[in-house]
Amino acid sequence: MAMIESTSVYRLRPGWRLQWEEAQGRHVLLYPEGMVQLNDSAGAILGQLDGQLDGQRDVADVVANLQARFADAPAAEIERDVHEFLLDAARQGWIQHD
Amino acid sequence: MTDRTHTTAVNGATGAPLWLLAELTYRCPLQCAYCSNPLDFAAVKEELSTEEWIDVLTQARAMGAVQMGFSGGEPLVRRDLETLVAEARRLGFYTNLITSGLGLDEARIEALHAAGLDHIQISLQASDPDVAAAVAGSPKAHAKKLAMARSVKAAGYPMVLNVVLHRHNIDRLDEIIALCDELGADAVELANCQMYGWAHLNREGLLPSREQLETAEATTARWRERLAERGRDMRLLFVVPDYYAERPKACMGGWGAIFMTVAPDGAVLPCHSARMLPMSFPNVRDRGLREIWYDSEAFNRYRGDGWMREPCRSCDERHQDVGGCRCQAYLLTGDATATDPVCSLSPDHHRVEAARREAGAAAAPMEALTLRNVHESRVFCRT
Repeated sequence: MAMIESTSVYRLRPGWRLQWEEAQGRHVLLYPEGMVQLNDSAGAILGQLDGQLDGQRDVADVVANLQARFADAPAAEIERDVHEFLLDAARQGWIQHD
Repeated sequence: MTDRTHTTAVNGATGAPLWLLAELTYRCPLQCAYCSNPLDFAAVKEELSTEEWIDVLTQARAMGAVQMGFSGGEPLVRRDLETLVAEARRLGFYTNLITSGLGLDEARIEALHAAGLDHIQISLQASDPDVAAAVAGSPKAHAKKLAMARSVKAAGYPMVLNVVLHRHNIDRLDEIIALCDELGADAVELANCQMYGWAHLNREGLLPSREQLETAEATTARWRERLAERGRDMRLLFVVPDYYAERPKACMGGWGAIFMTVAPDGAVLPCHSARMLPMSFPNVRDRGLREIWYDSEAFNRYRGDGWMREPCRSCDERHQDVGGCRCQAYLLTGDATATDPVCSLSPDHHRVEAARREAGAAAAPMEALTLRNVHESRVFCRT
């Protein structure tokens, strides 16, 4: 089974765009002639990927940032959620890594 | 539109339009015999101005629309396309250009890219210039399209090719996919032509036989395996013709559910085919888009399931397929409230079966197709 490496740098597939939609009250992932409607955690994780903010971010950075942002949640749980989500998103072709 | 955006509101409150299709013009350098534009397109004279289009974009975005397509006709005919793309992108739309590739050149690709265009989809008619010329009525278009597909890819866009399949090109699917592979396509839509507009007029000459269709599906499956073996990431999307389905599609995710088309003259439609229905549609020159979407008689007419008749009315699947397509029901039965005859439960299903039998018989030559052009269109203009 595939694993997520902490040092991998993930970004959205070229031409895809993450966007907050006020009218829908959620983040959406836009791609040629289609859209994925994201839940809160998916939106938060994708928003931390490389290319979304300044500076290059590997998986460890994404986890650390989210742990800092959601300090009330168990750190290990956040790490597990991020890894699971990235694995699924990569499998679906939403994101790529080097 | 993909399955992921299905947010059909049957019986619930009307949701926001998520998709805006801007048909900028009915003008086109090609004359494809399966064009989905209305037969009487030549009656439309006054296209919306740049300012009117910007107002449409602004209103639609404020309502929540986020995906949008620039289409036509050939949208590149409009010299203000770059201006409209820039405005759409500034408003936050994901912008798709749906084009024949004619009217495109390196400079325009660069200008569109600078305007923020997100995606370009180019249509191909066939794998070889002769078939392409016969079905699109232009001898030079094919070579130009291939060159433009390469340029689009070189500009950093994913190359998405759309090939409309019909009985005259479907037997060459193997060569068509090979061509797309050679061009470096990232995705190919193998879209069997659906029978609306000019395609309905030419149905006998376009609908493939079941045997042709099955061969094409097998060819596609073989290519998928071959591509996977090579580790080549080229997605093949095969769209079956409605006439060979046993259940209808949930057309547009439901009437007035998520999709809105604005025609070149400002008419607002629940889909780009609906204009041929015997009803009138509101126009952005007279009313605001919000009022049109939520309150107009036209957009409410086939929302929910109150309008349905038997066998849809008591059918367990009525919320899955929303009764199918209103245009198809009208074209095949003369009654837009009928169950889509594609459904095997429809009392009119025999009409679809008759069309399939017809398609099994010998094909008329390609030259017998009525090409979509202003001259032919005038025959259908009421005034």
